[in-house]
Amino acid sequence: MSSTRRYFLRNSALAMVGVGTAPLWLKRALYAADAPTPRKKILVAIFQRGAADGLNIVVPHGEKAYYNLRPTISIPRPGAAAGALDLDGFFGLHPSLAPLQPLFAQGHLAIVDAVGSPDPTRSHFDAQDYMESGTPGLKATTSGWMNRALPHEQGKVSPVRAVALGPTLPRAMRGDEPAISLASIGGFQVKDQMAAKQFEQMYEGAKDASLAATGRETFEAVSMLQSIQKQPYAPANGADYPKGRLGDSLRQIAQLIKSDVGLEMAFADVPGWDHHVNEVGQRADQGQLANLLRDYGQAIAAFWQDMGDRMADVSLVTMSEFGRTAHENGNRGTDHGHANCMFVMGGDVKGGKVYGKWPGLEKEHLYENRDLALTTDFRDVLGELVARHLGNPTLNGVFPGYSPKFLGLV
Amino acid sequence: MRKRTWAALTCAAFLSATMAASAYAGKKSADEARQFFKEIPKEQRIEHALNRLTFGPRPGDAEQVRAIGLKQWIDQQLHPERIAENPVLLEKLKLLDTLNLSSAELVRNYPTPQMIKQMVSGQMPFPNDPQKRMLIEKLVARYEKRQQAGGDAAALPPGAPAPEELRQVLTQDEIRSLRAGTPQERVQAFEALPADKQIDVISALPQGVRQALFVAAPPELRRKLELAGGPAQVIQRDLTEAKLLRAVYSNRQLEEVLDDFWFNHFNVFLDKGADRYLVTDYERDAIRPHVLGKFRDLLEATAKSPAMLFYLDNWQSVGPNAPQGRGKNRSRGLNENYGRELMELHTLGVDGGYTQKDVTEVARCFTGWTINQPQRGGQFVFNPRLHDNGEKTVLGVKIPAGGGISDGEKVLDIVAHHPATARFISRELAQRFVADDPPQALIDAMAATFTKTRGDIREVLKTMFNSKEFWSVGAYRSKMKSPLELVASAVRATGGNVDFAFPLANQIAQLGEPLYRKIEPTGYSNSSKEWNNSAGLLARMNFALQLAGNKMQGVKVDKPAEGIALGSPEFQKR
Repeated sequence: MSSTRRYFLRNSALAMVGVGTAPLWLKRALYAADAPTPRKKILVAIFQRGAADGLNIVVPHGEKAYYNLRPTISIPRPGAAAGALDLDGFFGLHPSLAPLQPLFAQGHLAIVDAVGSPDPTRSHFDAQDYMESGTPGLKATTSGWMNRALPHEQGKVSPVRAVALGPTLPRAMRGDEPAISLASIGGFQVKDQMAAKQFEQMYEGAKDASLAATGRETFEAVSMLQSIQKQPYAPANGADYPKGRLGDSLRQIAQLIKSDVGLEMAFADVPGWDHHVNEVGQRADQGQLANLLRDYGQAIAAFWQDMGDRMADVSLVTMSEFGRTAHENGNRGTDHGHANCMFVMGGDVKGGKVYGKWPGLEKEHLYENRDLALTTDFRDVLGELVARHLGNPTLNGVFPGYSPKFLGLV
Repeated sequence: MRKRTWAALTCAAFLSATMAASAYAGKKSADEARQFFKEIPKEQRIEHALNRLTFGPRPGDAEQVRAIGLKQWIDQQLHPERIAENPVLLEKLKLLDTLNLSSAELVRNYPTPQMIKQMVSGQMPFPNDPQKRMLIEKLVARYEKRQQAGGDAAALPPGAPAPEELRQVLTQDEIRSLRAGTPQERVQAFEALPADKQIDVISALPQGVRQALFVAAPPELRRKLELAGGPAQVIQRDLTEAKLLRAVYSNRQLEEVLDDFWFNHFNVFLDKGADRYLVTDYERDAIRPHVLGKFRDLLEATAKSPAMLFYLDNWQSVGPNAPQGRGKNRSRGLNENYGRELMELHTLGVDGGYTQKDVTEVARCFTGWTINQPQRGGQFVFNPRLHDNGEKTVLGVKIPAGGGISDGEKVLDIVAHHPATARFISRELAQRFVADDPPQALIDAMAATFTKTRGDIREVLKTMFNSKEFWSVGAYRSKMKSPLELVASAVRATGGNVDFAFPLANQIAQLGEPLYRKIEPTGYSNSSKEWNNSAGLLARMNFALQLAGNKMQGVKVDKPAEGIALGSPEFQKR
């Protein structure tokens, strides 16, 4: 996103509600921190960076070829020691995802399998970029799908409607609409009040339009979050977030949602899924993948528990840039592959089902003779959530050049 | 109903906004392109050069460059071996003794808790340095004591030692004096202890007391305190401290900027297993000697470095038809990780025209490029028993069967001298040194030099520094500083004196760029966009106030009033 364009759009948005190049106090009023914020629908996206091994996460235990392709790193059939947790007689969850099994059984969690980006790249960087821009194969796209999916609002909008947890703003969140990155709620402030005022003015007048825009967004968000910074946060319903990045992120997203500051879109990511070597330990519930999944399952389940009936407004979706080779490689790991799985959880989600057409793992069904083939475009899943959950009908703006086909997830 | 009106309204708003914006964007990019033809005024040239070839100007730097002459100064920076190094830096680096050790020596002298366990059980030798041996022996004694008590071995070190350990060596008064008073008083109390007791005390001190002593401790004591906190951690501390100290103090600034650039280009992740012991050697012996040399040499140094072989898993890759691949170890086979990243990230670039087939073929060529005992800090070795000796075709070039180690070397020849590599490397350099979206004409000129000189990095840089684009309005102050650049430039601008640098390194991590800890092989982005966001801006402002207020441990600055300036939008740019 070119900075001047962003600045321009912000101003033109103001122009359209008749404020023109508004003086500072008027803009303040427009983004007033004390504005009442009616409850909105919220979308939470989790990115598993490094290409998670979907075939060992949602295990096709009913498929003989799966066990042939992975003689030393497959997840055993349900019932065996450290075996998969059966979902529907054909698929099962990795044993470290036990906290998610009841959510699936109760119909709150849906899984989409053989899903991903149709672009053939096996580059982490490009594939993440495409999945975050929402335009596979198109490098020129400057903004991210989450930013474009924010409903265009007239009048007052919350400065914290779009928040990414972490020290930088991910590609998916960049674009015309204000979006902030936040390392921690408590730390989101200038620690010296006097200096804060000076900085605010300096950034307001910055020559660099993109820094001025970021500065403005930042200080608006700071004043919005001030009231909730001092209150200690206690998760509800005995929810126990695991220590670590994803648990911290989801706990803070829950806090933001429950404090009604106007959050609509949240993003968290968790690195480390690129398991070329020793993916699985001595047992299927040990080792690198199992450890990551244990955290992942606990964090998502804790979020569900903590949110309680607020989950009625929330959908959570997970993704990873591509899947991994159907066969294991020479080092008890897997190399870069193609299709993967996605999880969708929420109050209005029609869960308890594995969605998507299963292409099979026999040689002739594999993509380029090596990877799980793709039968569902990731934009079908995200598009449905944007349109039906968030209620933003302008999908061609979110996924230009593509018409998502809804699966009936919500 | 509500939904429909809303949709109509937003649709109209969105359309008019995007239409206006795209017309605007078209005009804007033409405007932007023109900026690269406009020369900056003469009086801005020195400042610009200092912002791009160094980690930011110090007071007096501009005058010095003027005295030498800008052209001569750039030429000097391109030949760091002709510049006398800053004695202050050399003195500070002397203390960080892990920097000069081989990987094997690091393993032996800076063991992890697990290795200390192995030393106890006799599977691993003790350190050869008597000082370290003594400390390790203390750690071992504590470990054994805990084993007897049925304690958790994993908690050693760091862990809170039982207070009776301290009471065994010191009187109540002595303990009190270490726990109370100013840091200086505590250090005095410590140094007043009999020399033979000191080492016992250090290893028995609780973490908090050790930390409090640290702040005021003289350098030698600081080292001992660090070691007692966990020997293995000293290595990464030294690496990050050295990077910062060099960025702040080195007279060979361009070399330091390039060291950062090339390390990041050939990124490895310190926390991946054995890499914690291999990165020191990697930066010192694979990256640094070649930052202004021939690209082919740099590439081979990384390809044969244990750090890269371990990070991208090639050390484990075995040819499917290799002698050992057929034996009882049949589960071992090909690993594509290095082959792919070599082409995508190190040389050709993702659009460089290679296929999945090329990835597999390159991986076959590199089978057998492995490490002799990686967990013991071993060296590169070619193991023919792991090598796939069949014929391969890489990017259309046939590599005949039976080539052994030369297969991989041929691949390096092919990719290092490929036109896509000339363009890719030139673009990366231009993005770091000139502008986020460098003009194509500049990239073409640099790529032509790259090709003509067979990848002479110094010559490519000369082409860039001599280009009109480098000295243009489009380039001037257009880049946002990375966290490392920001922190180093702030210390330089305020004439800061760095006593120890790891609190500064922690700052850089909080700003989003943990040094040596980018987990992905891409390294950090060279684009400004990466750093322009709210969490980063707030952290930058808080850092500025802390540094200028002399509240940052390990650094003293001359100009404490400048916090606001250091946090300003102007200071975030270079």
